[in-house]
Amino acid sequence: MFQVRIHGRGGQGVVSASELLSVAAFEEGKYSQSFPSFGSERMGAPVQAFARVSDKPITTREPVMEPDMLIIQDPTLFLAVNVFEGANTDGYLLINSAKTPEELGIEDMTNQYPPNHVMTLPATELAMKYIKQPKPNTILLGAFAALTQIVHMPALEKAILDKFPKRIADPNITATKAGYNLIIQKLEQAQEA
Amino acid sequence: MLQQISGSIAVAEAVALCRPEVVPCYPITPQTHIVEHISTLVKSGQLKNCTYENVESEFASMSLCIGASAAGSRTYTATASQGLLFMMEAVYNASGLSLPIVMTLGNRAIGAPINIWNDHSDAMSVRDAGWIQLFVESNQQALDVHIQAFKLAEALSLPVMVNMDGFILTHAITRVDMPTQEQVDQFLPPFVPRQKLDTEAPLSIGAMVGPDAFTEVRYLAHHKQKEALSIIEQQAEEFQGIFGRDSGGLIKSYYAEDAEIVFVAMGSVIGTMQELVEELREEGHSVGILSIRSFRPFPANAIDKALANTRHAIIFEKSFAVGMGGVLASEIHMATVANDLKISSVIGGLGGRTITKKSLRKIIESAMQDELDTEVFLDLEGTTVVRELRRQQEEQNSGPVAENILRDMGVVSASKTH
Amino acid sequence: MSNQDSNTDIPCEQQTVKFYQTGTFTVGNRLLDEGCRTVQATAERANSLDSGHRACQGCGQALGARYALDAAMRATDNKIIAANATGCLEVFTTPYPETAWSIPWVHSLFGNVAAVASGIAASLKAKGDTTTRVIAQGGDGGTTDIGFGCLSGMFDRNDDVLYICYDNGGYMNTGVQRSSATPPAARTATTMPVGDNPGSSFTTGKFLPAIAMAHEIPYVATASVHDLHDLERKVEKAMTFRGARYIQINVPCPLGWGSQPALTIKLSRMGVECGLVPLFEAENGKLTDSTKIRYRIPVEDYLKLQRRFAHVLKPQNTHQLDAIRQIAEDNIKRYNLV
Repeated sequence: MFQVRIHGRGGQGVVSASELLSVAAFEEGKYSQSFPSFGSERMGAPVQAFARVSDKPITTREPVMEPDMLIIQDPTLFLAVNVFEGANTDGYLLINSAKTPEELGIEDMTNQYPPNHVMTLPATELAMKYIKQPKPNTILLGAFAALTQIVHMPALEKAILDKFPKRIADPNITATKAGYNLIIQKLEQAQEA
Repeated sequence: MLQQISGSIAVAEAVALCRPEVVPCYPITPQTHIVEHISTLVKSGQLKNCTYENVESEFASMSLCIGASAAGSRTYTATASQGLLFMMEAVYNASGLSLPIVMTLGNRAIGAPINIWNDHSDAMSVRDAGWIQLFVESNQQALDVHIQAFKLAEALSLPVMVNMDGFILTHAITRVDMPTQEQVDQFLPPFVPRQKLDTEAPLSIGAMVGPDAFTEVRYLAHHKQKEALSIIEQQAEEFQGIFGRDSGGLIKSYYAEDAEIVFVAMGSVIGTMQELVEELREEGHSVGILSIRSFRPFPANAIDKALANTRHAIIFEKSFAVGMGGVLASEIHMATVANDLKISSVIGGLGGRTITKKSLRKIIESAMQDELDTEVFLDLEGTTVVRELRRQQEEQNSGPVAENILRDMGVVSASKTH
Repeated sequence: MSNQDSNTDIPCEQQTVKFYQTGTFTVGNRLLDEGCRTVQATAERANSLDSGHRACQGCGQALGARYALDAAMRATDNKIIAANATGCLEVFTTPYPETAWSIPWVHSLFGNVAAVASGIAASLKAKGDTTTRVIAQGGDGGTTDIGFGCLSGMFDRNDDVLYICYDNGGYMNTGVQRSSATPPAARTATTMPVGDNPGSSFTTGKFLPAIAMAHEIPYVATASVHDLHDLERKVEKAMTFRGARYIQINVPCPLGWGSQPALTIKLSRMGVECGLVPLFEAENGKLTDSTKIRYRIPVEDYLKLQRRFAHVLKPQNTHQLDAIRQIAEDNIKRYNLV
């Protein structure tokens, strides 16, 4: 079972991201679940959402305590919430930031991960470019797919098309692809290096 | 058809497949998505011959259900928490009048302090109201049990409440198998009311009954609930025949018959327990789970039988009777009084407190070492409690408890409200 | 009336029995020309509420309910379903195991009759039944107080229900307590005639017909049991509208008012004639008609026949009498009663 925890702020599409992830996994024939940290749905408030993907039925209902993938949609949360709590450092870490972990001052944490399991990317800037809104969620979902291969682009695209009307879905699919390509590029660069 | 959707949408779709004729609604978190979706199905014409009413309160919502059901329509609504309390008088009335209304309860705590998150306080507040009360473990069961609920309600002419953990199930997106209209039609025949307001055959419903007959009327209500015990089992079997799934029934055992230590619980926490019990059994421990799927009628005999070989039953509840303790625990005690069964009552998950596998493991490990108390509040913050008790002892005007504790814990409550 | 009695060829005006003077319109008017008779004058009349029920002597509500529902039955070819709030009408008509109702009738609770009726209407709508009509009925407590939320909701949704309130100015079923429709100064068990301001308070109360008009529902009317022709006409008219309708009927209660049972009709008329009970009709929130006072009488003539107002007529309470007179004056102006 692969477990995902997404941290962000209300309005950034955190809950939608977990939903899209679970639907994409479903589209690929896997068992999945997603749910938000309930209640704090106000714009700007810290929000968490969870997703699990498995080849077997998932019965547990507890929030994801030990995420194999931690997605940080808003790096300002480092000050407010212990986002790294319980993180499985054999897993992955995706951070929405143009800065490196060192610049963010979290290298103590990120150094515990295997090489190329931690990625930072300027998802909000990319979102502004592709969907004209500061919603980094779909950029990060593309990045998630590229980094983990837990779900794949066709399934993500279908999930987005199912959830949103075409005029919203289309730019989001472009954004997802951009996130995906950026990480693939980074991984290739790392390989070459 | 397999779908990856939220529990609320799954229930709304299942209810629509049952062809309800009248659906009054009033918003309250966390059930609101259900009635929102039904409203769209009605407005778009997907759900035909259905009158959907936005009413002014839960009390009106249940009252509309009473009128519509008495007029011979298949009737549905949903509520939670304070909403259930606000409609309470009509809740008793619906069962007293024997009206086969189906209602979803998106289980949520009851205030004060106001709290929108999940526990079972609302369901327990109507445990004597005369409704059939079913609990579901997953969204698939939620969907399936709603279909059974209409059939059960109409077979008995009694209202049925399907209890579904708020947020944990209503807001969770999982895989469900949505049946076809043909399957549902095969299982659920059109509604033939036992009593109906009809100008062709006028009758009076709701007369005053004095001491001379009240006992008999009440006894018959009890008798009907006891009849429901076998009908619930039959319908679960019939359901399995058509839909191929084990959903509903009175109880469900996960290794309970041959386990020394058994968790007894209701609702979605069973899922977390299942994962834990699988792990523990792999480690060689004799543990199991008994899920109570029908709380009213209370399947005392079935429970007694299922726990016949159990040494220690841990009754896990998401609510309790203040000043008494676990309600389910005392009912299980009654059901198994002839057994040599040790019973511990564990209260947890109150007001949405996360129930972790880790905490449940601790409980079961202390039971294995025979160190589990008869009453335990899961993950209770002892220091906070002691601090407030001391404050109350020392200061006459110590202030409101909830706000004191929030200050002590440094919690800034940023929840949305009712 | 210009009609002639067909048996005697005596014009109505010349009849020796003068109905108005005998103080009642309720005798069925068998001496009148057929077209002038009330539905109650024939043996074939609709019979919603059977005899043998347990109402008190002189109960204005029993009379009003029977005439209102019979008129509704006639207007709908007997296709009505009634929902009843808890209260006297419910209790005295359905003592277990008997029922006085010959129409489909349901009683649920005290405060939810409007919503139950909405539910019945919703059911009929879902079934595509446009001929069966729904009536909700209750007393003033069940209407203006505990059932007010549900009633306002029913108005807001414009559900196809005729709501009939039998207003006797208090909770008579529970032993005469104050409701928000209790008239100022009236003695009830919770507003006793003691102190400087004896009886019920001179607050604004809740005059529900005006509140119903504020909802701009299709039809609102007030009626009184002394003029049953008028009551029947208003019920019949109400049944020509679709949507939410409201009729409030002034029904004297000998027990609660401390009046002689034989005076129910007389008191009902006097309430109207002194200006304290305005009779009018309104459509979509606008006043369309009001019944003129034929012989205006002083309010004290009306009050003195009711023990609940006995203290008002004492010399030390003239301020109360003056205030009640002012209410009558205001009604006359507001509803154009003279």
